[in-house]
Amino acid sequence: MKRYIDFYITSIKLAIMEQWQYPIANYFYMIGMVAEPVIYMVVWSAVATQQGGTIGGYTPAAFAAYYIVWTLVRSMNVVFTPYGWEWRIRQGQLSMSLMRPIHPLHNDVAFFAGWKVVTIILWIPLALALSFFFKPDLHPTFLQGVVFFFAIWFAYLIRTMTLSILGMVTFWTTRVSALFELYFAAELILSGRLVPLSLMPDWVQRAAWFFPFRWAFGFPIETLTGNMSVNDLFLGLGMQIAWIVFGALVVSIVWKFAIRQFSAVGG
Amino acid sequence: MHGLRLAFSHLRIGVMNEFQYRANLYIQLLQTFIALGTGLVGLNLVFSQTTDLGGWNKAELLAVMGVFTMTGGLIRAAIQPNMERLMEEIREGTLDYALTKPADAQLFVSVREFRLWQNTDVVVGLIVLGVALSQLGWLLDVWAVLGFLSALFMGAVMVYSFWLIVTSTAFWFVRVNEIANLFEGLYAAGRWPVDIYPNWLRYGLTFLVPVAFAVTVPASALTGRLTLQTWLGALALTVFLFVVARVVWSIGLKNYSGASA
Repeated sequence: MKRYIDFYITSIKLAIMEQWQYPIANYFYMIGMVAEPVIYMVVWSAVATQQGGTIGGYTPAAFAAYYIVWTLVRSMNVVFTPYGWEWRIRQGQLSMSLMRPIHPLHNDVAFFAGWKVVTIILWIPLALALSFFFKPDLHPTFLQGVVFFFAIWFAYLIRTMTLSILGMVTFWTTRVSALFELYFAAELILSGRLVPLSLMPDWVQRAAWFFPFRWAFGFPIETLTGNMSVNDLFLGLGMQIAWIVFGALVVSIVWKFAIRQFSAVGG
Repeated sequence: MHGLRLAFSHLRIGVMNEFQYRANLYIQLLQTFIALGTGLVGLNLVFSQTTDLGGWNKAELLAVMGVFTMTGGLIRAAIQPNMERLMEEIREGTLDYALTKPADAQLFVSVREFRLWQNTDVVVGLIVLGVALSQLGWLLDVWAVLGFLSALFMGAVMVYSFWLIVTSTAFWFVRVNEIANLFEGLYAAGRWPVDIYPNWLRYGLTFLVPVAFAVTVPASALTGRLTLQTWLGALALTVFLFVVARVVWSIGLKNYSGASA
């Protein structure tokens, strides 16, 4: 146990130091990312204004709150991509990680967790600027704040698991971008990324319950911006934990079979 | 003349290169249709709540989406790959090889790559545009078509200049590969006409990142919104951005010392 803790602390520190050297690159990345929710926010605010100030219970200020929190949750959702897995396997980069006496996934989780710390720090001025321009309506309670803190880190772990599983498909075949694209399209619609799920047709909302997407995206946002009951808040956290455990289980099973397929190309 | 020939032979090489990987066409097609599908979902969600957005109705916005898809395809086929390669070469120091060629360096680095299969976006965008125009009951109007084509061309030149300016910052900042992400994010704003954005953002999308001129203005030409004033403004901005890009590139090039190579 101790060696895992040591490993995580060291890797996270390294990742923070490494990423802190590239504030410009990180900012470019974040501004590109922020454009997406700003577009949604503007479009939906325009629609709400045209419909007399509110649609589906959302005022323009509520949309602003939703999409500003969105930017942080989106940052937390950035993990090692399936395309990265493809590259790692094709280039034989994985060989090196296999030499280490620790599961390679720990390396990903720790590195990106460190990067997240930098991202969150860089996010704060961005969020302030967005709040200045769009005047969000956001009054979370203390409990909501606490639940939100856990929810975004759980979201990070859920997405790490799902994308790792997806990435591991590349052990069997290297033509996978089609599969990835389908996955991302489903995620866009079922997660609450495009629009708050409550504005989606009923059947989409019901379907969203059974996929991991909303637990990694819409739920964390709503913990802070919505008015969920205490019960629902904890139910949501429970669902997140269930997905993390289930994801980790699938990852370890798939990994067992996948690693037998691996033949290093080089590296 | 020499420049044109140079561009053309690179185009030919690019096409031949792409024909080696024909399976990529199918993947590209799928990507195009997924992008189109999610775009349509968004459009339908918006118009399930309202009948008009910033003075544009659904069919007109479909036309905007067609132009958006088309222009995006053009950018990803001809502009972005060249700029990404340039960025990489500045960082690696391998730009030396390009600079020693007996041709204008800016021209040369701008024509080396061409992604043929990205043009599926251009074809699909045209189809979407056609569907939208028929929904609008559009009749062929020579002036509208001329306005559209010229606006599209100016938009492409502006986007190219923007990319070159930002890419040239690699001479100073080295690690700028997130720019592609930055541009894609901002370009996505073009899916909707810029009229709906708040003023500060609209100016940004018009003059800083010329998304408005690449998408909204050509679409305006087809939906009878383009005024002579806007057209002349576009022309002036095109020339201005192109000159600025040339200047920034030249200054940047003086800063280049060739990392290793």
